[in-house]
Amino acid sequence: MKKNLMISVLMTIATTILLGIIYPLVVTGLAQVFFKDKANGQLIVRDGQVVGSRIIGQAFTGPAYFHSRPSAAGSGYDAANSNGSQLGPTNQHLIDRVKADVAAAQMDNPGQPVPIDLVTASGSGLDPDITPAAAEFQVPRVAKERGASADDVERLVQEHTQQRQLGFLGEPRVNVLELNLELDQRFPLKKQAKAE
Amino acid sequence: MDLYSALQYVLFLAIVTALVRPLGGYLERVFSRTPTVLDRLCLPIERLIYRITAVDPNVEMTGTQYATCFVFFGLVGTLLLYAILRLQAFLPWFFPEYHTTQLSPDLASNVAISFSTTTTWQAYGGENTMSYFSQMVGLCAQNFLAGAAGLAVGVAFIRGLARQCSGTLGNFWVDLTRALLWVLLPGALIGAILLVWQGVPMNFRPYAVATSVEHSQQVIAQGPVAALEIIKNLGTNGGGFFNANGAHPYENPTPLTNFLEMLAIVLLPAALTNTLGRMIGQPRQGWLLYWVMIFLFSMGLIFVRHFEQRGNPQFGGVDLQSSSSQSGGNMEGKEVRFGIGGSALTAVVTSNTATGSTNSMHDSFTSLGGLVLLVNLLLGELVFGGLGTGLYSMVMAAAIAVFLAGLMVGRTPEYLGKKIGPAENKMIMLYALAAPFFVLSFTAVAVSSKAGLSGLTTNTGPHGLTEILFAYSSCFANNGQSFAGLSANTVFYNLTTALVMMAGRFGLAIPALAFAGMFARQKNTPSSLGTLPTDSLSFGILLTISLITVTALSYLPALALGPVLERSVFGT
Repeated sequence: MKKNLMISVLMTIATTILLGIIYPLVVTGLAQVFFKDKANGQLIVRDGQVVGSRIIGQAFTGPAYFHSRPSAAGSGYDAANSNGSQLGPTNQHLIDRVKADVAAAQMDNPGQPVPIDLVTASGSGLDPDITPAAAEFQVPRVAKERGASADDVERLVQEHTQQRQLGFLGEPRVNVLELNLELDQRFPLKKQAKAE
Repeated sequence: MDLYSALQYVLFLAIVTALVRPLGGYLERVFSRTPTVLDRLCLPIERLIYRITAVDPNVEMTGTQYATCFVFFGLVGTLLLYAILRLQAFLPWFFPEYHTTQLSPDLASNVAISFSTTTTWQAYGGENTMSYFSQMVGLCAQNFLAGAAGLAVGVAFIRGLARQCSGTLGNFWVDLTRALLWVLLPGALIGAILLVWQGVPMNFRPYAVATSVEHSQQVIAQGPVAALEIIKNLGTNGGGFFNANGAHPYENPTPLTNFLEMLAIVLLPAALTNTLGRMIGQPRQGWLLYWVMIFLFSMGLIFVRHFEQRGNPQFGGVDLQSSSSQSGGNMEGKEVRFGIGGSALTAVVTSNTATGSTNSMHDSFTSLGGLVLLVNLLLGELVFGGLGTGLYSMVMAAAIAVFLAGLMVGRTPEYLGKKIGPAENKMIMLYALAAPFFVLSFTAVAVSSKAGLSGLTTNTGPHGLTEILFAYSSCFANNGQSFAGLSANTVFYNLTTALVMMAGRFGLAIPALAFAGMFARQKNTPSSLGTLPTDSLSFGILLTISLITVTALSYLPALALGPVLERSVFGT
C-alpha cells in the first residue's frame, strides 16, 4: 500500500518530466527546424507589419472587401477568445440574427438566397474561409466598389479557390484574408479625399 | 449522401479495419513483453524508469492491488495538476494580460480531476486561462498519463478473460510504462510532426499582435499546440488547447489534419478488440465486438450527417442546398473547410470514443443531430470508446447480453468460456446501473435547483434541459464534450461535474477489474452443445439490440423531454 503510493509519486514525477517537458521541447525543436513558418502560426507580414495569420480569420467591414462569416469569438474575430455562438437551433436570438444578416446581405443581391455560411457563425469564430458560393455572392458588390469588372474579380476568386484536399477531403473554400490582400494589389482602392 | 462524404467515410473505416490486425498484434506483444521493433529505443528508458521509481517489473498484482495502484496514480496526478494550475501565475510563460480567467479552487480542482480521468471537460477557455507551462507540464503530461492508465486497465481486463486459475492480472506499473513508451509516445511524436507540417503551431512565443488592413488590432493566441493536439486525440482525452477545440484553425487547420486526428482517436481502441481476440485465443470473438462497433458507428454517422445536411428550416432567405460551390446544411457552429461531411464524422467519432475534441459546436446542431450525439454518450462509450476503457465497457455490455440470453433459455450464462455466476452478475449490474444513477440524479438536481438553472445563460426550454443532461452524460462517460451554451464555470457545476467524472472513471474501472479478477480465477468451461456461441451473427444482433434496449429503458423519458420535445415543437 505505502510502497505503491510512493511509486505513484515517483512515477508521476518521472513521467511528467519526460512527457511534459522533454517531449514538447523535442517536438518544438523539430518543428522549428523543418517547418519554421507553420510552427510559428503562418503570420503574414506586409511592410514590416504583421497583418494577420494566413489561417486565422479576420473581420472585414468595408464594402470593397470580401466579408468573412459572422463571428462569435469575443466581439468578433477575437483570436484570443475563440468561440462559436452556442445558440441552439430553435433559439430566437439565432433566428433573429440570421434574419438580420440575410436582410443586410440581400442589399447587394436583392431577392437572391444567401449562401448559408455567410450568415452563420463558425465553430471557432475564426474561420479563415468562406465557400466559393459565398465569395461569388459578393463579387458584384466588390467589383462595383473597386471599379473593376465583375469578370476580373470573379477570376481572382477562382484563382483563390482551394479545392478539396487530396481531391476528396473537406470542402472547396476561399481564404478571405489572402483574397482581400490580393484584391488590394490588383485593384487598389483609390485614396478617398478626407475633406469631402 | 454526397460522393465526397461517402468516400471519406468509407476510406476512414477501411483504414481502421486494415490496421486493426497489425496494431492489435503489436499491442499484444508490447503488453506480453515479447520483442518488438521499438525495443532498442524503449528498453533502456523503461529500465531507467523502473530504477528511479523502484518498481520490480516481475511482481504480479491481484485485481484489488491493480485497482489500488490505478486509483493512487490518478490521485497523485490530480494533486500535481491542481498544484501547477493554482501556482501558474508564478511559473514561466504566464501572460497576465491574456490569461484573465482566474483558476479559482473550484475551477482548478474541476480541471485537475477532469484531466486525470481523461474527461478533459473544460469549464474554461484555454487561450485565456492556461499558461504554456500549465498546458505542457500540466495538461499535456496528464493527457499521456491518464490515457496510458486507461489502456493499462483495459489490458489487465483482457488478461482476466485470458487467464485461468490465476490470481493476478499483471503489473500496473509495467503496463503503464509500456503504454507510454511503446504506444503513446512514439505515436504522439510522429503525429505531432505531421500536424505541424499541416499548419498546427509549435512554439513558445508570446501571442502575436496583428494590425489588419482595415487598421483594427487582432491578438492572435498561439503556442505549443501540436504537442498537446496529438496526445489529446491519441489518449482519447480531447481537451483543446483553445476554447474552440478542434474547430480552431490552429488546432485543426486542414481537412487532412481532421482526418488524421480522427484516425488517432479510433485506431488504438479499435485494435484492442483484436488484442482481446489474440490473448484469449479466439480472434473471432474480437472481430464480433469490432463489427458491432462498426455497425453502431455507421448508423450514428449516417443519421447525424443526414440531419445536419437538412439544415435549419427556421431560417428564411438562405441557400441551404449542397452544390459544387458549398456544402449547405446547418452551418451554424461549423467550419467551411470541414463542411457537413467532416463535421459529422468528427461529431460521431468524438461522441463515441470518450474524446471531447469536437470540430464543431454541438450545441448548435439540429435537435435530432444533437440527439444522436447524446445517445452515443449514453450508450456507454463502447463504440471504440475510451482507450482501454472502451474495450471493457463493450465486454461488460456483451456479458449483459449473454445474461439476458441465459435467462431466456434457463442456463447458467457463459462468456468466453467463463461462467457468469451470481458474484459476476453483481459486478455487471453495479456497472450497468452506475451510469443512469449518476447521470439522471445529477440532471434532476441541476434542473430543480437555482444554482443549476442559472447555468442556462444561452439557451432555455427543452434545449436547456438537453444542455444539462449532455453535461452530466459527457462527464460520466469521461468524454468531456459539451453543449457549451451551458455556463459551467460556477461552483455548483465545477463540483458536481467533477464528482460525476470520478464516478465515471473509478466507479466503472473498479467493478471491471473486480470482474476480471473473478474471471481470472475461474477454470475455463469447455463449450458444449448448450453453450451460446458468442462469435456468431445472431449474437451480434442480440448484443446490438440489448445495448439499444438497455440504453432506451434508462433514458427515454429524459430524452423525450429534451431533444425530442424540441424537435416536435419547433420542427428542427
